[in-house]
Amino acid sequence: MSGFPSRRQALPALIGAFRHMPAVSFQNVSKTYRSARGELQALRGVSFDIEAGEFFGLLGPNGAGKTTLISILAGLARASGGRVQVLGHDVQTDYAAARRALGVVPQELVFDPFFNVRETLRLQSGYFGIRHNDDWIDELLAGLGLADKADANMRQLSGGMKRRVLVAQALVHKPPVIVLDEPTAGVDVELRQTLWHFISQLNRQQGSTVLLTTHYLEEAEALCGRIAMLQRGQLVALEKTSELLAKASSNVLRFKTDDVLPAQLAAQARVTGRVVQLPAHNAHEVEQWLALAREAGVQADDVEIRKADLEDVFLEVMDRASRGSGVPA
Amino acid sequence: MNGWQALFYKEVLRFWKVGFQTVAAPVITAILYMMIFGHVLEDSEKVYGQVHYTAFLLPGLVMMSVLQNAFANSSSSLIQSKIMGNLVFLLLTPLSHRAWFVAYVGSSVVRGLAVGVGVMLATWWYAQPSLVAPLWIVLFAVLGAALLGSLGVIAGLWAEKFDQMAAFQNFIIMPMTFLSGVFYSIHSLPGFWQQVSHLNPFFYMIDGFRYGFFGVSDVSPWLSLSIVSLALLLVGALALHLLRTGYKIRH
Repeated sequence: MSGFPSRRQALPALIGAFRHMPAVSFQNVSKTYRSARGELQALRGVSFDIEAGEFFGLLGPNGAGKTTLISILAGLARASGGRVQVLGHDVQTDYAAARRALGVVPQELVFDPFFNVRETLRLQSGYFGIRHNDDWIDELLAGLGLADKADANMRQLSGGMKRRVLVAQALVHKPPVIVLDEPTAGVDVELRQTLWHFISQLNRQQGSTVLLTTHYLEEAEALCGRIAMLQRGQLVALEKTSELLAKASSNVLRFKTDDVLPAQLAAQARVTGRVVQLPAHNAHEVEQWLALAREAGVQADDVEIRKADLEDVFLEVMDRASRGSGVPA
Repeated sequence: MNGWQALFYKEVLRFWKVGFQTVAAPVITAILYMMIFGHVLEDSEKVYGQVHYTAFLLPGLVMMSVLQNAFANSSSSLIQSKIMGNLVFLLLTPLSHRAWFVAYVGSSVVRGLAVGVGVMLATWWYAQPSLVAPLWIVLFAVLGAALLGSLGVIAGLWAEKFDQMAAFQNFIIMPMTFLSGVFYSIHSLPGFWQQVSHLNPFFYMIDGFRYGFFGVSDVSPWLSLSIVSLALLLVGALALHLLRTGYKIRH
Protein backbone atom coordinates (compact mmCIF):
# COMPACT_ATOMS: atom_id res chain seq x y z
CA MET A 1 0.00 0.00 0.00
CA SER A 2 2.01 2.94 -1.25
CA GLY A 3 2.38 6.04 0.90
CA PHE A 4 0.38 4.55 3.77
CA PRO A 5 1.42 2.02 6.39
CA SER A 6 -0.36 -1.30 6.17
CA ARG A 7 -3.40 -1.77 8.36
CA ARG A 8 -1.81 -4.79 10.04
CA GLN A 9 1.16 -2.65 11.17
CA ALA A 10 -0.47 0.66 11.91
CA LEU A 11 -3.68 -0.07 13.73
CA PRO A 12 -2.50 -2.46 16.47
CA ALA A 13 0.41 -0.08 17.19
CA LEU A 14 -1.97 2.84 17.49
CA ILE A 15 -4.38 0.86 19.63
CA GLY A 16 -1.50 -0.33 21.83
CA ALA A 17 -0.39 3.24 22.39
CA PHE A 18 -3.84 4.23 23.57
CA ARG A 19 -4.65 1.00 25.44
CA HIS A 20 -4.46 2.75 28.82
CA MET A 21 -7.21 5.22 27.99
CA PRO A 22 -10.82 4.68 26.95
CA ALA A 23 -11.52 4.74 23.23
CA VAL A 24 -14.49 7.02 23.88
CA SER A 25 -15.29 8.90 27.06
CA PHE A 26 -18.57 10.73 27.73
CA GLN A 27 -18.31 12.91 30.83
CA ASN A 28 -21.52 14.45 32.21
CA VAL A 29 -22.75 15.30 28.70
CA SER A 30 -25.89 17.38 28.41
CA LYS A 31 -27.60 18.90 25.43
CA THR A 32 -30.49 21.34 25.26
CA TYR A 33 -32.08 22.34 21.96
CA ARG A 34 -33.61 25.81 22.04
CA SER A 35 -36.24 26.93 19.57
CA ALA A 36 -39.14 29.37 19.36
CA ARG A 37 -41.37 26.62 20.78
CA GLY A 38 -39.25 26.28 23.90
CA GLU A 39 -36.44 24.09 25.17
CA LEU A 40 -35.91 20.39 24.64
CA GLN A 41 -33.42 18.67 26.91
CA ALA A 42 -32.11 15.84 24.74
CA LEU A 43 -29.33 14.66 27.10
CA ARG A 44 -29.10 14.98 30.89
CA GLY A 45 -25.62 14.41 32.29
CA VAL A 46 -24.69 11.20 30.46
CA SER A 47 -21.39 9.64 31.57
CA PHE A 48 -19.74 6.38 30.49
CA ASP A 49 -16.56 5.10 28.84
CA ILE A 50 -16.06 2.68 25.97
CA GLU A 51 -12.81 0.73 26.23
CA ALA A 52 -10.50 0.16 23.28
CA GLY A 53 -11.43 -2.96 21.32
CA GLU A 54 -14.99 -3.16 22.70
CA PHE A 55 -18.06 -3.89 20.59
CA PHE A 56 -20.44 -1.59 22.43
CA GLY A 57 -24.19 -1.21 22.00
CA LEU A 58 -26.15 1.98 22.67
CA LEU A 59 -29.85 1.23 22.91
CA GLY A 60 -32.96 3.24 23.59
CA PRO A 61 -36.35 4.08 22.16
CA ASN A 62 -36.79 6.80 19.52
CA GLY A 63 -36.02 10.21 20.98
CA ALA A 64 -33.93 8.77 23.83
CA GLY A 65 -30.89 10.83 22.77
CA LYS A 66 -28.77 8.18 21.00
CA THR A 67 -28.28 10.13 17.79
CA THR A 68 -27.70 13.37 19.71
CA LEU A 69 -24.96 11.66 21.72
CA ILE A 70 -23.35 10.34 18.54
CA SER A 71 -23.69 13.74 16.84
CA ILE A 72 -21.78 15.34 19.73
CA LEU A 73 -19.14 12.61 19.53
CA ALA A 74 -18.78 13.19 15.77
CA GLY A 75 -18.69 17.00 16.01
CA LEU A 76 -22.02 17.43 14.21
CA ALA A 77 -23.49 19.03 17.35
CA ARG A 78 -22.01 20.77 20.35
CA ALA A 79 -22.75 19.66 23.88
CA SER A 80 -24.44 22.21 26.14
CA GLY A 81 -22.36 20.84 29.00
CA GLY A 82 -19.81 18.13 29.78
CA ARG A 83 -16.99 16.71 27.75
CA VAL A 84 -16.45 14.01 25.12
CA GLN A 85 -13.07 12.51 24.22
CA VAL A 86 -11.95 10.08 21.54
CA LEU A 87 -8.69 8.31 22.45
CA GLY A 88 -7.96 11.21 24.79
CA HIS A 89 -8.69 13.92 22.22
CA ASP A 90 -11.42 16.40 23.14
CA VAL A 91 -13.97 16.53 20.31
CA GLN A 92 -14.16 20.33 20.56
CA THR A 93 -10.70 21.62 21.42
CA ASP A 94 -8.76 18.87 19.60
CA TYR A 95 -11.36 18.11 16.95
CA ALA A 96 -8.97 17.25 14.11
CA ALA A 97 -7.27 14.42 16.03
CA ALA A 98 -10.62 13.22 17.42
CA ARG A 99 -12.21 13.05 13.96
CA ARG A 100 -9.18 11.26 12.48
CA ALA A 101 -9.75 8.54 15.08
CA LEU A 102 -13.47 8.25 14.29
CA GLY A 103 -15.30 6.61 11.41
CA VAL A 104 -18.99 7.45 11.54
CA VAL A 105 -21.71 5.78 9.47
CA PRO A 106 -24.58 8.27 9.56
CA GLN A 107 -28.17 7.16 9.99
CA GLU A 108 -29.53 9.01 6.94
CA LEU A 109 -28.99 7.46 3.53
CA VAL A 110 -27.13 10.37 1.90
CA PHE A 111 -24.83 10.53 -1.11
CA ASP A 112 -23.22 12.97 -3.52
CA PRO A 113 -24.82 12.50 -6.96
CA PHE A 114 -21.91 14.04 -8.86
CA PHE A 115 -19.49 11.16 -8.33
CA ASN A 116 -19.10 7.43 -8.78
CA VAL A 117 -18.25 5.06 -5.93
CA ARG A 118 -14.49 5.08 -6.41
CA GLU A 119 -14.37 8.88 -6.80
CA THR A 120 -16.44 9.23 -3.63
CA LEU A 121 -14.02 7.05 -1.66
CA ARG A 122 -10.92 8.73 -3.11
CA LEU A 123 -12.27 12.17 -2.25
CA GLN A 124 -13.17 11.07 1.27
CA SER A 125 -9.60 9.74 1.68
CA GLY A 126 -8.33 13.10 0.45
CA TYR A 127 -10.27 15.01 3.10
CA PHE A 128 -8.25 13.05 5.68
CA GLY A 129 -5.03 13.93 3.85
CA ILE A 130 -4.59 10.40 2.44
CA ARG A 131 -3.53 9.98 -1.17
CA HIS A 132 -2.87 6.75 -3.12
CA ASN A 133 -5.42 4.88 -1.02
CA ASP A 134 -6.62 2.57 -3.80
CA ASP A 135 -5.35 -0.66 -2.22
CA TRP A 136 -7.44 -0.11 0.91
CA ILE A 137 -10.36 1.20 -1.16
CA ASP A 138 -10.27 -2.04 -3.19
CA GLU A 139 -10.20 -4.04 0.05
CA LEU A 140 -13.24 -2.13 1.32
CA LEU A 141 -15.10 -2.57 -1.96
CA ALA A 142 -14.43 -6.32 -1.94
CA GLY A 143 -15.26 -6.73 1.76
CA LEU A 144 -18.57 -4.89 1.42
CA GLY A 145 -19.60 -6.56 -1.86
CA LEU A 146 -19.16 -3.39 -3.92
CA ALA A 147 -16.31 -4.47 -6.21
CA ASP A 148 -18.47 -4.53 -9.35
CA LYS A 149 -20.01 -1.13 -8.50
CA ALA A 150 -16.75 0.84 -8.25
CA ASP A 151 -17.42 2.82 -11.43
CA ALA A 152 -21.18 3.18 -10.98
CA ASN A 153 -22.56 6.64 -10.23
CA MET A 154 -24.03 6.93 -6.75
CA ARG A 155 -27.44 7.75 -8.24
CA GLN A 156 -27.55 4.36 -9.98
CA LEU A 157 -27.14 2.35 -6.77
CA SER A 158 -29.95 0.71 -4.82
CA GLY A 159 -30.59 1.76 -1.21
CA GLY A 160 -28.67 -1.21 0.13
CA MET A 161 -25.68 -0.49 -2.09
CA LYS A 162 -25.69 3.18 -1.06
CA ARG A 163 -25.66 2.02 2.59
CA ARG A 164 -22.57 -0.09 1.85
CA VAL A 165 -20.83 2.96 0.34
CA LEU A 166 -21.65 4.93 3.51
CA VAL A 167 -19.88 2.24 5.53
CA ALA A 168 -16.90 2.28 3.15
CA GLN A 169 -16.70 6.09 3.42
CA ALA A 170 -16.58 5.85 7.20
CA LEU A 171 -13.74 3.32 7.06
CA VAL A 172 -11.68 4.89 4.29
CA HIS A 173 -9.18 6.48 6.70
CA LYS A 174 -8.85 3.33 8.83
CA PRO A 175 -10.30 4.77 12.03
CA PRO A 176 -9.57 2.92 15.29
CA VAL A 177 -13.09 3.81 16.53
CA ILE A 178 -16.09 2.96 14.33
CA VAL A 179 -19.53 4.42 15.04
CA LEU A 180 -22.57 2.85 13.38
CA ASP A 181 -25.83 4.75 13.87
CA GLU A 182 -28.62 2.30 13.03
CA PRO A 183 -26.73 0.92 10.02
CA THR A 184 -29.16 -1.90 9.31
CA ALA A 185 -32.42 0.07 9.50
CA GLY A 186 -34.53 -1.08 6.56
CA VAL A 187 -31.85 -3.13 4.81
CA ASP A 188 -32.00 -6.71 3.57
CA VAL A 189 -30.62 -9.80 5.23
CA GLU A 190 -27.70 -10.14 2.82
CA LEU A 191 -26.40 -6.66 3.58
CA ARG A 192 -26.77 -7.22 7.31
CA GLN A 193 -24.70 -10.37 7.11
CA THR A 194 -22.05 -8.77 4.87
CA LEU A 195 -21.84 -5.74 7.13
CA TRP A 196 -21.65 -7.64 10.42
CA HIS A 197 -19.11 -10.09 9.03
CA PHE A 198 -16.89 -7.20 7.90
CA ILE A 199 -17.26 -5.09 11.04
CA SER A 200 -16.81 -8.08 13.36
CA GLN A 201 -13.63 -8.95 11.49
CA LEU A 202 -12.29 -5.42 12.05
CA ASN A 203 -13.22 -5.67 15.73
CA ARG A 204 -11.70 -9.10 16.33
CA GLN A 205 -8.68 -9.06 14.07
CA GLN A 206 -7.70 -5.39 14.06
CA GLY A 207 -8.92 -4.45 17.53
CA SER A 208 -11.19 -1.68 16.24
CA THR A 209 -13.60 -0.26 18.79
CA VAL A 210 -17.21 -0.35 17.61
CA LEU A 211 -20.09 1.74 18.93
CA LEU A 212 -23.42 0.54 17.56
CA THR A 213 -26.90 1.93 17.90
CA THR A 214 -29.70 -0.26 16.63
CA HIS A 215 -33.35 -1.05 17.11
CA TYR A 216 -32.69 -4.70 16.24
CA LEU A 217 -32.01 -6.02 19.71
CA GLU A 218 -31.09 -9.50 18.53
CA GLU A 219 -28.19 -7.85 16.64
CA ALA A 220 -27.05 -6.05 19.77
CA GLU A 221 -27.33 -9.26 21.79
CA ALA A 222 -25.29 -11.22 19.26
CA LEU A 223 -22.61 -8.60 18.62
CA CYS A 224 -22.14 -6.32 21.63
CA GLY A 225 -20.06 -7.26 24.65
CA ARG A 226 -21.43 -4.37 26.67
CA ILE A 227 -24.58 -2.31 26.41
CA ALA A 228 -25.76 1.11 27.55
CA MET A 229 -29.44 2.05 27.54
CA LEU A 230 -30.74 5.59 27.29
CA GLN A 231 -34.19 6.85 28.07
CA ARG A 232 -35.27 10.50 27.80
CA GLY A 233 -31.66 11.64 27.70
CA GLN A 234 -30.52 9.67 30.76
CA LEU A 235 -28.41 6.57 31.13
CA VAL A 236 -30.66 3.86 32.63
CA ALA A 237 -28.44 0.79 32.19
CA LEU A 238 -24.76 0.11 31.56
CA GLU A 239 -23.58 -3.48 31.82
CA LYS A 240 -22.05 -6.45 30.07
CA THR A 241 -24.63 -8.03 27.78
CA SER A 242 -24.29 -11.39 29.56
CA GLU A 243 -24.88 -9.76 32.97
CA LEU A 244 -27.88 -7.85 31.69
CA LEU A 245 -29.39 -11.09 30.43
CA ALA A 246 -28.54 -12.92 33.66
CA LYS A 247 -30.27 -10.19 35.66
CA ALA A 248 -33.51 -10.63 33.77
CA SER A 249 -36.04 -11.24 36.49
CA SER A 250 -38.11 -13.79 34.64
CA ASN A 251 -38.51 -16.35 31.92
CA VAL A 252 -41.06 -15.86 29.22
CA LEU A 253 -44.25 -17.83 28.55
CA ARG A 254 -44.90 -17.76 24.80
CA PHE A 255 -47.94 -19.02 22.90
CA LYS A 256 -49.95 -18.31 19.77
CA THR A 257 -53.64 -17.47 19.65
CA ASP A 258 -56.32 -15.97 17.42
CA ASP A 259 -58.54 -15.05 20.39
CA VAL A 260 -58.86 -11.75 22.25
CA LEU A 261 -56.91 -11.69 25.52
CA PRO A 262 -58.67 -10.81 28.79
CA ALA A 263 -57.70 -7.41 30.27
CA GLN A 264 -55.52 -8.93 33.00
CA LEU A 265 -53.41 -10.79 30.45
CA ALA A 266 -53.38 -7.97 27.88
CA ALA A 267 -51.95 -5.54 30.47
CA GLN A 268 -48.84 -7.73 30.97
CA ALA A 269 -48.44 -9.29 27.53
CA ARG A 270 -46.20 -8.32 24.64
CA VAL A 271 -48.28 -9.17 21.55
CA THR A 272 -46.81 -9.46 18.05
CA GLY A 273 -49.51 -10.62 15.60
CA ARG A 274 -50.64 -14.04 16.90
CA VAL A 275 -47.68 -14.36 19.27
CA VAL A 276 -48.27 -13.57 22.96
CA GLN A 277 -45.37 -13.30 25.42
CA LEU A 278 -45.78 -12.99 29.18
CA PRO A 279 -43.15 -12.68 31.94
CA ALA A 280 -43.17 -15.73 34.22
CA HIS A 281 -40.90 -15.96 37.28
CA ASN A 282 -41.81 -19.53 38.19
CA ALA A 283 -44.06 -22.50 37.39
CA HIS A 284 -46.84 -21.06 39.57
CA GLU A 285 -47.02 -17.91 37.43
CA VAL A 286 -47.05 -20.00 34.24
CA GLU A 287 -50.01 -21.97 35.60
CA GLN A 288 -51.80 -18.74 36.59
CA TRP A 289 -51.42 -17.19 33.11
CA LEU A 290 -52.62 -20.36 31.41
CA ALA A 291 -55.56 -20.66 33.82
CA LEU A 292 -56.61 -17.05 33.07
CA ALA A 293 -56.40 -17.78 29.35
CA ARG A 294 -58.44 -20.98 29.70
CA GLU A 295 -61.15 -19.22 31.78
CA ALA A 296 -61.45 -16.49 29.11
CA GLY A 297 -61.81 -19.14 26.41
CA VAL A 298 -58.46 -18.28 24.82
CA GLN A 299 -57.10 -21.16 22.73
CA ALA A 300 -53.31 -21.22 23.33
CA ASP A 301 -51.23 -23.06 20.68
CA ASP A 302 -47.49 -23.80 20.43
CA VAL A 303 -46.97 -23.08 24.11
CA GLU A 304 -43.33 -22.78 25.22
CA ILE A 305 -41.27 -21.30 28.03
CA ARG A 306 -38.03 -19.60 26.97
CA LYS A 307 -35.26 -17.62 28.62
CA ALA A 308 -35.58 -13.84 28.55
CA ASP A 309 -33.70 -12.21 25.68
CA LEU A 310 -32.34 -8.68 25.31
CA GLU A 311 -35.68 -7.39 24.10
CA ASP A 312 -37.33 -8.56 27.34
CA VAL A 313 -34.54 -6.97 29.38
CA PHE A 314 -34.80 -3.77 27.36
CA LEU A 315 -38.53 -3.49 27.96
CA GLU A 316 -38.08 -4.26 31.64
CA VAL A 317 -35.38 -1.60 32.05
CA MET A 318 -37.40 0.99 30.13
CA ASP A 319 -40.51 0.19 32.15
CA ARG A 320 -38.60 0.43 35.45
CA ALA A 321 -36.98 3.71 34.41
CA SER A 322 -40.31 5.22 33.37
CA ARG A 323 -41.97 4.34 36.65
CA GLY A 324 -39.30 5.73 38.92
CA SER A 325 -35.58 6.29 39.39
CA GLY A 326 -35.82 9.99 38.66
CA VAL A 327 -36.51 9.78 34.95
CA PRO A 328 -39.07 12.47 34.25
CA ALA A 329 -42.09 11.50 32.22
CA MET B 1 -2.70 15.76 -0.74
CA ASN B 2 -3.76 18.09 2.05
CA GLY B 3 -7.42 18.03 2.99
CA TRP B 4 -8.14 21.43 1.47
CA GLN B 5 -6.62 20.33 -1.82
CA ALA B 6 -8.98 17.35 -1.95
CA LEU B 7 -11.97 19.58 -1.25
CA PHE B 8 -10.78 22.15 -3.79
CA TYR B 9 -10.34 19.38 -6.38
CA LYS B 10 -13.80 18.01 -5.58
CA GLU B 11 -15.41 21.42 -5.94
CA VAL B 12 -13.72 22.03 -9.32
CA LEU B 13 -14.64 18.52 -10.47
CA ARG B 14 -18.23 19.11 -9.34
CA PHE B 15 -18.80 22.11 -11.61
CA TRP B 16 -16.70 20.66 -14.43
CA LYS B 17 -18.87 17.53 -14.57
CA VAL B 18 -21.84 19.74 -15.39
CA GLY B 19 -19.84 22.10 -17.60
CA PHE B 20 -22.68 22.74 -20.05
CA GLN B 21 -24.70 24.25 -17.23
CA THR B 22 -21.89 25.93 -15.29
CA VAL B 23 -19.56 27.20 -18.03
CA ALA B 24 -21.10 26.93 -21.50
CA ALA B 25 -24.53 28.35 -20.58
CA PRO B 26 -23.23 31.64 -19.10
CA VAL B 27 -20.96 32.08 -22.13
CA ILE B 28 -23.94 31.71 -24.47
CA THR B 29 -25.94 34.20 -22.37
CA ALA B 30 -23.10 36.74 -22.57
CA ILE B 31 -22.90 36.28 -26.37
CA LEU B 32 -26.63 37.04 -26.59
CA TYR B 33 -26.20 40.18 -24.47
CA MET B 34 -23.35 41.28 -26.70
CA MET B 35 -25.27 40.65 -29.92
CA ILE B 36 -28.46 42.40 -28.76
CA PHE B 37 -27.07 45.37 -26.82
CA GLY B 38 -24.14 45.74 -29.21
CA HIS B 39 -26.45 45.85 -32.23
CA VAL B 40 -28.98 48.23 -30.65
CA LEU B 41 -26.47 50.63 -29.11
CA GLU B 42 -23.56 50.40 -31.55
CA ASP B 43 -24.29 53.85 -33.00
CA SER B 44 -24.59 55.52 -29.58
CA GLU B 45 -22.08 58.09 -28.36
CA LYS B 46 -18.56 56.82 -27.71
CA VAL B 47 -17.77 56.16 -24.07
CA TYR B 48 -14.90 58.12 -22.48
CA GLY B 49 -14.98 60.02 -25.82
CA GLN B 50 -12.93 57.33 -27.58
CA VAL B 51 -14.29 53.82 -26.94
CA HIS B 52 -16.98 52.18 -29.10
CA TYR B 53 -19.96 50.99 -27.09
CA THR B 54 -19.46 47.29 -27.98
CA ALA B 55 -15.80 47.45 -26.93
CA PHE B 56 -16.90 49.17 -23.69
CA LEU B 57 -19.56 46.55 -23.10
CA LEU B 58 -17.28 43.51 -23.46
CA PRO B 59 -15.25 43.93 -20.22
CA GLY B 60 -18.47 44.64 -18.33
CA LEU B 61 -20.06 41.43 -19.59
CA VAL B 62 -16.91 39.43 -18.84
CA MET B 63 -16.71 40.75 -15.27
CA MET B 64 -20.45 40.29 -14.70
CA SER B 65 -20.11 36.64 -15.77
CA VAL B 66 -17.05 36.17 -13.53
CA LEU B 67 -18.87 37.59 -10.50
CA GLN B 68 -22.18 35.81 -10.98
CA ASN B 69 -20.57 32.43 -11.60
CA ALA B 70 -18.14 32.74 -8.71
CA PHE B 71 -21.12 33.41 -6.43
CA ALA B 72 -23.15 30.59 -7.96
CA ASN B 73 -20.36 28.05 -7.44
CA SER B 74 -19.88 28.22 -3.69
CA SER B 75 -23.50 29.06 -2.88
CA SER B 76 -25.10 26.30 -4.96
CA SER B 77 -22.59 23.68 -3.84
CA LEU B 78 -23.22 24.43 -0.17
CA ILE B 79 -27.00 24.60 -0.36
CA GLN B 80 -27.22 21.43 -2.45
CA SER B 81 -25.01 19.57 0.00
CA LYS B 82 -27.04 20.89 2.93
CA ILE B 83 -30.39 19.96 1.43
CA MET B 84 -29.26 16.55 0.13
CA GLY B 85 -27.54 15.87 3.45
CA ASN B 86 -24.18 14.95 1.98
CA LEU B 87 -22.46 17.88 3.73
CA VAL B 88 -22.12 15.41 6.61
CA PHE B 89 -19.19 13.77 4.78
CA LEU B 90 -17.27 17.03 5.15
CA LEU B 91 -18.49 17.77 8.66
CA LEU B 92 -17.07 14.44 9.84
CA THR B 93 -13.56 15.21 8.56
CA PRO B 94 -10.73 17.02 10.35
CA LEU B 95 -10.84 19.85 7.75
CA SER B 96 -10.49 23.26 9.43
CA HIS B 97 -12.71 26.24 8.67
CA ARG B 98 -9.75 27.77 6.80
CA ALA B 99 -9.51 24.67 4.59
CA TRP B 100 -13.23 24.92 3.79
CA PHE B 101 -12.85 28.62 2.97
CA VAL B 102 -9.82 28.19 0.71
CA ALA B 103 -11.41 25.26 -1.15
CA TYR B 104 -14.84 26.81 -1.68
CA VAL B 105 -13.56 30.28 -2.56
CA GLY B 106 -10.66 28.91 -4.63
CA SER B 107 -12.95 26.74 -6.74
CA SER B 108 -15.32 29.70 -7.19
CA VAL B 109 -12.42 31.77 -8.52
CA VAL B 110 -11.55 28.96 -10.95
CA ARG B 111 -15.13 28.75 -12.23
CA GLY B 112 -15.46 32.54 -12.45
CA LEU B 113 -12.23 32.81 -14.44
CA ALA B 114 -13.14 29.85 -16.68
CA VAL B 115 -16.45 31.50 -17.59
CA GLY B 116 -14.77 34.91 -17.94
CA VAL B 117 -12.16 33.57 -20.34
CA GLY B 118 -14.91 31.78 -22.27
CA VAL B 119 -16.98 34.96 -22.59
CA MET B 120 -13.94 36.96 -23.64
CA LEU B 121 -12.92 34.46 -26.31
CA ALA B 122 -16.47 34.10 -27.61
CA THR B 123 -17.14 37.84 -27.92
CA TRP B 124 -13.67 39.11 -28.83
CA TRP B 125 -14.36 38.97 -32.58
CA TYR B 126 -17.36 41.25 -32.02
CA ALA B 127 -15.70 44.07 -30.13
CA GLN B 128 -11.92 43.69 -30.05
CA PRO B 129 -11.15 46.05 -27.16
CA SER B 130 -7.58 47.03 -26.34
CA LEU B 131 -5.54 45.46 -23.51
CA VAL B 132 -3.72 48.40 -21.99
CA ALA B 133 -2.90 46.94 -18.55
CA PRO B 134 -3.47 43.14 -18.42
CA LEU B 135 -2.27 42.84 -14.81
CA TRP B 136 -5.13 45.05 -13.61
CA ILE B 137 -7.51 42.80 -15.55
CA VAL B 138 -6.23 39.66 -13.84
CA LEU B 139 -6.04 41.35 -10.42
CA PHE B 140 -9.65 42.61 -10.46
CA ALA B 141 -10.97 39.36 -11.94
CA VAL B 142 -9.35 37.31 -9.16
CA LEU B 143 -10.29 39.70 -6.33
CA GLY B 144 -13.86 40.08 -7.62
CA ALA B 145 -14.32 36.33 -8.00
CA ALA B 146 -12.90 35.74 -4.50
CA LEU B 147 -15.24 38.38 -3.04
CA LEU B 148 -18.30 36.83 -4.71
CA GLY B 149 -17.11 33.32 -3.85
CA SER B 150 -16.93 34.42 -0.19
CA LEU B 151 -20.38 35.97 -0.45
CA GLY B 152 -21.57 32.67 -1.93
CA VAL B 153 -20.22 30.83 1.12
CA ILE B 154 -22.22 33.17 3.39
CA ALA B 155 -25.39 32.77 1.29
CA GLY B 156 -24.92 28.98 1.08
CA LEU B 157 -24.60 28.71 4.87
CA TRP B 158 -27.47 31.10 5.57
CA ALA B 159 -30.06 29.77 3.09
CA GLU B 160 -32.10 26.79 4.26
CA LYS B 161 -34.02 26.26 1.02
CA PHE B 162 -33.56 27.01 -2.67
CA ASP B 163 -36.18 29.76 -2.43
CA GLN B 164 -34.04 31.75 0.01
CA MET B 165 -31.01 31.27 -2.19
CA ALA B 166 -32.93 32.51 -5.23
CA ALA B 167 -34.00 35.57 -3.21
CA PHE B 168 -30.38 36.31 -2.28
CA GLN B 169 -29.34 35.96 -5.91
CA ASN B 170 -32.21 37.88 -7.50
CA PHE B 171 -32.68 40.65 -4.92
CA ILE B 172 -29.06 41.33 -3.97
CA ILE B 173 -26.49 39.93 -6.39
CA MET B 174 -28.34 40.55 -9.67
CA PRO B 175 -29.37 44.21 -9.05
CA MET B 176 -25.97 45.14 -7.64
CA THR B 177 -24.30 43.62 -10.70
CA PHE B 178 -26.64 45.20 -13.25
CA LEU B 179 -26.53 48.61 -11.56
CA SER B 180 -22.75 48.69 -11.32
CA GLY B 181 -21.93 50.01 -14.78
CA VAL B 182 -21.82 46.79 -16.78
CA PHE B 183 -23.88 48.33 -19.55
CA TYR B 184 -23.04 52.02 -19.13
CA SER B 185 -20.52 54.49 -17.76
CA ILE B 186 -21.85 56.03 -14.56
CA HIS B 187 -20.88 59.44 -15.97
CA SER B 188 -23.91 59.08 -18.22
CA LEU B 189 -26.17 58.99 -15.15
CA PRO B 190 -27.76 61.99 -13.36
CA GLY B 191 -25.69 63.28 -10.42
CA PHE B 192 -27.77 61.60 -7.72
CA TRP B 193 -27.52 58.17 -9.29
CA GLN B 194 -23.80 58.65 -9.82
CA GLN B 195 -23.48 59.15 -6.07
CA VAL B 196 -25.61 56.07 -5.40
CA SER B 197 -23.44 54.02 -7.76
CA HIS B 198 -20.37 54.98 -5.74
CA LEU B 199 -21.88 53.12 -2.77
CA ASN B 200 -22.03 49.88 -4.75
CA PRO B 201 -18.84 47.81 -4.33
CA PHE B 202 -19.63 45.97 -7.57
CA PHE B 203 -19.10 49.25 -9.43
CA TYR B 204 -15.44 49.38 -8.32
CA MET B 205 -14.84 45.77 -9.41
CA ILE B 206 -16.14 46.43 -12.90
CA ASP B 207 -14.60 49.89 -13.23
CA GLY B 208 -11.17 48.66 -12.13
CA PHE B 209 -11.44 45.64 -14.44
CA ARG B 210 -12.37 47.92 -17.34
CA TYR B 211 -9.38 50.15 -16.62
CA GLY B 212 -7.14 47.23 -17.56
CA PHE B 213 -8.64 47.24 -21.07
CA PHE B 214 -8.78 50.95 -21.89
CA GLY B 215 -6.49 52.71 -19.42
CA VAL B 216 -9.48 54.95 -18.62
CA SER B 217 -12.10 54.51 -15.91
CA ASP B 218 -14.76 56.39 -13.98
CA VAL B 219 -12.63 56.43 -10.79
CA SER B 220 -8.94 55.77 -10.09
CA PRO B 221 -8.08 52.03 -10.27
CA TRP B 222 -6.17 52.44 -7.00
CA LEU B 223 -9.34 53.61 -5.28
CA SER B 224 -11.20 50.65 -6.81
CA LEU B 225 -8.45 48.28 -5.70
CA SER B 226 -8.59 49.63 -2.12
CA ILE B 227 -12.36 49.31 -1.88
CA VAL B 228 -12.50 45.85 -3.46
CA SER B 229 -9.67 44.61 -1.20
CA LEU B 230 -11.37 46.01 1.89
CA ALA B 231 -14.70 44.44 0.88
CA LEU B 232 -12.96 41.10 0.33
CA LEU B 233 -11.34 41.32 3.76
CA LEU B 234 -14.65 42.07 5.48
CA VAL B 235 -16.75 39.51 3.59
CA GLY B 236 -13.98 36.90 3.82
CA ALA B 237 -13.67 37.45 7.58
CA LEU B 238 -17.43 37.02 8.01
CA ALA B 239 -17.45 33.83 5.90
CA LEU B 240 -14.54 32.43 7.93
CA HIS B 241 -16.31 33.30 11.18
CA LEU B 242 -19.49 31.53 10.07
CA LEU B 243 -17.52 28.46 9.00
CA ARG B 244 -15.58 28.43 12.30
CA THR B 245 -18.73 28.60 14.39
CA GLY B 246 -20.53 26.05 12.19
CA TYR B 247 -23.35 28.52 11.47
CA LYS B 248 -26.45 26.49 10.54
CA ILE B 249 -24.36 23.38 9.80
CA ARG B 250 -23.37 22.20 13.30
CA HIS B 251 -26.08 22.21 15.97
